[in-house]
Amino acid sequence: MILEWIGDAVLIVVVLPIVVYLLRGVLGAATGIVASVERIAAAARAGSADLDAAPLLLTTRERVVQTIEAAADYGGSLDVILDDQREP
Amino acid sequence: MGAAGVVLIIAVVLIVAAVVAYLLSVIVALRRITAGLDDAIAGVVEIIDKSAPVNEIVTDINRTLDAGVDLLEGLLVSKAGLSDAMGLIEGLYPGAAAQGLRNFPDSAEIRAPRISEVYTRGTLTLARLGREAPVAAASPNGPALRNAAYGSSAARTLYPEGRPGHAPSLPRSPVIGTDSPVRYDPAEKVGGPRRRAATGTTTEES
Repeated sequence: MILEWIGDAVLIVVVLPIVVYLLRGVLGAATGIVASVERIAAAARAGSADLDAAPLLLTTRERVVQTIEAAADYGGSLDVILDDQREP
Repeated sequence: MGAAGVVLIIAVVLIVAAVVAYLLSVIVALRRITAGLDDAIAGVVEIIDKSAPVNEIVTDINRTLDAGVDLLEGLLVSKAGLSDAMGLIEGLYPGAAAQGLRNFPDSAEIRAPRISEVYTRGTLTLARLGREAPVAAASPNGPALRNAAYGSSAARTLYPEGRPGHAPSLPRSPVIGTDSPVRYDPAEKVGGPRRRAATGTTTEES
């Protein structure tokens, strides 16, 4: 009879607090991960939105090519018009 | 069943209840984690998809710009000479000559002539035309180089006495056509000395 009471006491005083402690730790970690994951998801969405202008690089590439072609034409004309520098 | 058995059952129930409550909370948290990870993965996949062509395009742009730099640097140095080229660059963009030209490593060590002090500001303005045209527009480095409203006043200073008039008498314009008083033989070689046709008359005769 005494052993039963001792077992009950151990169960209530030792086992139950340990179980609660461990489960609270797991729950706290899971809750912390939720916040981190939500921040990661928000950052990923923002990063994806920032890249919406990436297709404009195609236009930029075309404009750069046109600009360099114009500069090349201009330079070619200058090369014909102007004599090269004569070394002293 | 004695009192001890009842207490034992109560203790076990309490433990099971605590385990169930916390596990349910953990399950809910894990579901939220899964949903959040799904969102994050979708965002990352979008980033990967959108940024996939960026490297190729930027590399292509850089290659084109490199070709332009090579072209313009070579043209400037071949036409102005390395020393004067650095002086011109320093006059237009103070401090830029210290960086030197990419294709001319020795250019950074050249002491650039002070072209901006030797030549007039108007010369540099002409040189700037390619970058800051129209000239009257606001320069990124300061005010406009030329006053668009009163820019002609500088030209007027060339004629302080006023604009000179034309001469009292000017030669008459030549008459052209088949009835012109002076005609040339069209069979003659173009560009060579031309003789008047035999049937033609001179200007003095007319």
